[in-house]
Amino acid sequence: MRTVQVPVAVREIVRPLVRMTIFVVGAGAVFSAVMILLAALFRGSGADKLLLENQGVGILSYTISILPQVLIDGVTLGFVYAAIALGYTMVYGVLEFINFAHSEIFAIGAFAGVEFLIFMDKLGILAKASIFTSYILLLMSVLAGMMASGTAAVIVERTAYRPLRSAPRLVPLISAIGVSFILQDLIRLVESLTTGQFHRIFPTFGNFDDRVPLFTFKVGQEPIDVDIQVKSIVVIGAAVAMLVGLNYIVNATRIGKAIRAVAQDRNTAGLMGVYVNGVISFTFLLGGALGGAAGVLYALKFTRIDPFIGFFPGLKAFTAAVLGGIGNLTGALLGGIVLGMLESFAGAYLTTFTMGAMGAEYKDILAFAILILVLIFRPSGLLGEQVSQKA
Amino acid sequence: MKASLRESLDGLAKRLNTGRYPYIVSGSLLFLGTLFVYLSPRSIPAFLVFVAAVSMVYFLKMHKIVKLSLAVFIAIILVPILGARNIFYLEVIFQIAVFSALALGLNIVVGFSGILNLGYVAFYAVGAYLWGFFGSQQAFLLHEIPGTAPQGTPFLLAPDWFYLFIFLGIIVAAIMGLLLGLPVLRVRGDYLAIVTLGFGEVVRQLANNLDKPLNLTNGPQGITPIQRPSLPKEVVDVFNAIVGPLVGNKVNINQFYNILFYLIALVVVIAAIVITYRLDDSRIGRAWTAIREDELAATAMGIPANKMKLAAFAVGASFAGAMGVLFAASRTFVSPDSFNFMQSIGVLTMVILGGIGSIPGVIIGAAVVIILNLQVLQSFSLFLSQLRQSEAVIPLINFHWKDLSTQLDPAKYQRLLFGIILVLMMIYRPAGLIPAARRTRELKGSEAESCNYIPEKGSEIPPGTANDSPKVPGEAPKGSGEAPKDEAAPDKEKNNG
Amino acid sequence: MGKRFLGNMLIVAMLILAVTVVGAQTNVIKIATQSPLSGGMSAVGTDIKNGAQLAIEQLSGPLTKMGFKVELAPFDDQGNPDTGVANAKNIVADPSVLAIVGHYNSGVQIPSSEEYHAAGLANVSPANTNPKVTERNYVEVSRICGRDDVQGAVGAQFAKTKGIKSAYVIHDKTAYGQGIAEYFQRESKNIGIQVKGFAGTEEKANFDSILTPILASKPEVIYFGGMYDQAAVMFKQARQKGYKGMFLSDDGFDSSDASKIGGQALLDGKGTYFSTVSGPASAYPGTAKFIADFKAKFGSEPQPFAAQSYDSAALALLAIETAAKAAGNKMPTREAVTLAVRAIKAYKGITGVITFNGKGDLVKAKYFIIQVTSIDPLKWSMNKIDKVLEIEPPK
Repeated sequence: MRTVQVPVAVREIVRPLVRMTIFVVGAGAVFSAVMILLAALFRGSGADKLLLENQGVGILSYTISILPQVLIDGVTLGFVYAAIALGYTMVYGVLEFINFAHSEIFAIGAFAGVEFLIFMDKLGILAKASIFTSYILLLMSVLAGMMASGTAAVIVERTAYRPLRSAPRLVPLISAIGVSFILQDLIRLVESLTTGQFHRIFPTFGNFDDRVPLFTFKVGQEPIDVDIQVKSIVVIGAAVAMLVGLNYIVNATRIGKAIRAVAQDRNTAGLMGVYVNGVISFTFLLGGALGGAAGVLYALKFTRIDPFIGFFPGLKAFTAAVLGGIGNLTGALLGGIVLGMLESFAGAYLTTFTMGAMGAEYKDILAFAILILVLIFRPSGLLGEQVSQKA
Repeated sequence: MKASLRESLDGLAKRLNTGRYPYIVSGSLLFLGTLFVYLSPRSIPAFLVFVAAVSMVYFLKMHKIVKLSLAVFIAIILVPILGARNIFYLEVIFQIAVFSALALGLNIVVGFSGILNLGYVAFYAVGAYLWGFFGSQQAFLLHEIPGTAPQGTPFLLAPDWFYLFIFLGIIVAAIMGLLLGLPVLRVRGDYLAIVTLGFGEVVRQLANNLDKPLNLTNGPQGITPIQRPSLPKEVVDVFNAIVGPLVGNKVNINQFYNILFYLIALVVVIAAIVITYRLDDSRIGRAWTAIREDELAATAMGIPANKMKLAAFAVGASFAGAMGVLFAASRTFVSPDSFNFMQSIGVLTMVILGGIGSIPGVIIGAAVVIILNLQVLQSFSLFLSQLRQSEAVIPLINFHWKDLSTQLDPAKYQRLLFGIILVLMMIYRPAGLIPAARRTRELKGSEAESCNYIPEKGSEIPPGTANDSPKVPGEAPKGSGEAPKDEAAPDKEKNNG
Repeated sequence: MGKRFLGNMLIVAMLILAVTVVGAQTNVIKIATQSPLSGGMSAVGTDIKNGAQLAIEQLSGPLTKMGFKVELAPFDDQGNPDTGVANAKNIVADPSVLAIVGHYNSGVQIPSSEEYHAAGLANVSPANTNPKVTERNYVEVSRICGRDDVQGAVGAQFAKTKGIKSAYVIHDKTAYGQGIAEYFQRESKNIGIQVKGFAGTEEKANFDSILTPILASKPEVIYFGGMYDQAAVMFKQARQKGYKGMFLSDDGFDSSDASKIGGQALLDGKGTYFSTVSGPASAYPGTAKFIADFKAKFGSEPQPFAAQSYDSAALALLAIETAAKAAGNKMPTREAVTLAVRAIKAYKGITGVITFNGKGDLVKAKYFIIQVTSIDPLKWSMNKIDKVLEIEPPK
């Protein structure tokens, strides 16, 4: 970090990419290894017999046969969480405060993007869109989401958080909870006044629903196709771009330096001529815009949105941020990927391994249990020691 | 102009609070409130007047014995009679009592020892499911499909075990508190917040999922029926015979259960208040404060920080455990819906709205939230809905209420109003409706006014009597406009540590 | 807590008090509704209120002629038992409320109806399918929706007639969805359909992880117990992952939004079916009119249970009318209304012909198994009736 050999700009783009690859491959390898080990241990158990009886495959080959799909789902989910977690972590890094309203900022982005697309659909543009234009349209809707969310985040900061900046920590937290209620119902009010209902559905267009075959492999006799949805590729690509972009802004630009300065010591930064309020507003703009983009991507991937969708992804993303070490961009990425993998693995394998006694419904419990365990052994998250550096 | 108005009002307030005026004010207010509620048992403004009158008894400067006897008179005689006229009020007061106890418990964790707990409702759930399981037929339904019970399944325990289970609820919840407290020994600050949040979610989801492989909780179907403590018919008859003429209608046994649960809840809350007051002024309480302000310094002074934090968790949890048992019995039904994250946030809101660390504050906080939620907002939207169905017209702009869009239904936007109230409160009155005495002292610093507080310091010496003495003078919060700035300094230091 | 605040409040209180005293008329009859109007479940909850509102506006004519003013009193139970019970006590305390249409969540209905029972207030439930709702034998509580144990069984029997041999059962971890799914599973086992798996999920959007084991077990039908907003999303994701079999769901699926979400995925493979008690518009002209009126009034398609709520309110109105006539065009007592609800025979509602049995269940519920035939939301009501099953509730 201290050695300046490569130009900063290049370094700050390459480094997160390298890290991302390491995290994805590493987490995937660890999870797969554990799973295969478990499956080997379970051979001959009741679960194995039940599986043989029902589907005619042993537990080991079953585990291996669905593994690639589980990994792909886990990575996709992980990037979604990471993208949302960035917003939490940005704000936390600078203000040391949990922005509970971020999940609603996320929802605002989703609505703005989807409303834009629905409008395009009404104009008949969507139906006629070629593959290329459909990507342009998606990009535009993501931008619309980013603009709406970024603006909303800045307004929220200006009205509900700034007056409380020097209050005890719980005060802005409660204010954030209040804002989160307000935003939920505001979205609902606006949507139901304009459209009569408050849930929206992402219009179908372009080739996002198609599947791209990746490879085929054989377990026993049966060939197994592994493919990935175009949507998932888009989501992963966009999340990667966001992570790299944010990392670049924070670590390689002037405003990024200001953000880091404010994060380290607000007062001193102010004395040094940093325009603290402006920097904090910019942080919210950035965090909000990322949340908005994540919202549109979320809507693309999971189709239906309502004003309350932000809650669960928000909670999970927040968990991911803490898991990785809150206030730390790399941590958010790692936390997101680990959590995504964890959920994906738990959802896919728990039912089989426990013979139906514990199903996919335990995946959240598992996620939180792991979180608590990690925090007991590493009290400030997986990458926590970098917290003092912040941002 | 504004300032002089304020001064004269302050003067008036002070005058009304000296000499024999307080007696006149509280007596007449109480009389008026009672009369209103009695004559118009369904009017919410009347009820609000009554509530205000009751809280005035606390705030005005009167002789301790007068206060105490007034309080006993209100709690034991006035409320049951008025409540029997409109059971809804008893329900509201019951919920205020339940949530006051929860808020007091959370206040010990968040307010006294400064640990943010976002999963507090889990302990409430533990208590509720404890009696839910042992007080119902569930023990015999372990292998049934959730939600079904063969005809004639017996109950596991007799209904009067309920009273014992209040104590068991305390113990079991305290043990859960210790369990949750263990990560506390290592995890701090916002990390802890997420751990507690996760804990709350885990408990709710366990309640939701433990219908397989053994049907312990009935899953989402919830457990019902749960037994209530037995109530001899004679008690109801006696009540009807004595206060029946006053009430105006006969109370049936189902309605009398409301009175019974109100009284039990009252006992638990009073116990909680007494315990909290005594703890606040004990060595443990001071140790908590020390930890909250600066853990490092506290440890250096020889305070066993870990033990004290665990104690805070255990005590806080135990209140919720007791109330959980009571809740399960009064509803005769428990389901995971009652214990979601929003409930935890709700209790936290009560604590912070009322005044974090302040005992009367959190009770007022609970009352305000419950009354807002159950009465004021609901009835406001009912009122608007009535207007819409009438022929009424807004005069000047000639707007028919009928034409108001159906989307603009206030019943749908209660959360919006609630959110606005929360944000405004935090901006304009961050220390809460009734700030904690200690916090007020901190805020005022060494200003001349601090002489106001000398009597209170005196009152801390015999902690037993602190229960009914006014710790927080009514006029204290007025100057808290500059609260945030003054508090910044110590807090900032804590953040950097 | 300054006194000036109190003083102001006192004045306001006096004013409102005066208004309420003056405003209280003797010939107002109120029908209350309780459903979640705020929060995540409000989409369905609001339309339960709207359904009842529409019924009151359209069908209160006879009572108006008798000199009554019929009003709707909508309450928000927030999907929370505490709020529901408190509201119930509030409703019960208002003597002008003669019936309550309500509750979306059985978890709220069960404790709240204890209050209705204590006060003798008639409760017609549009959406509470949990068997316990009527198993308590309260004369006050009736429902016009099916029971979980019946509807789950209907689904399984239908699957059998289609020659299906294996199923995977998913539910939404709510009392409603899980109840239906449990009975689907039980009946399937009884009639020889292999249940390859049974799982619940609170997930609303991302079904990837639970779909992997489902698809690996290759069931012929995926049964979803729950509401369309989850079911349609899951069905769509399952198709996208290459599932070719049949989808089956319950009356929570009966919303045109399902086709908006699911799109072509619902028609592909072996198609999508759902069971419902509410007659499709193609068979019931009343339903078509209801949907049209509802859209005209509230600007959106009715959600599931809106039609049931309309019928519930209609039944309540009819019962009040009968009781009022019996009382000589005077305000009837609650007891009379309660008995009148149960005395109604063969009422032709938009969700079928309604007669209650001694418990408060429909004597014979008619279940339609409907196949989704078009992805156009406007043609939702023209979906094909695949089968009609008439089933009595268990004794």
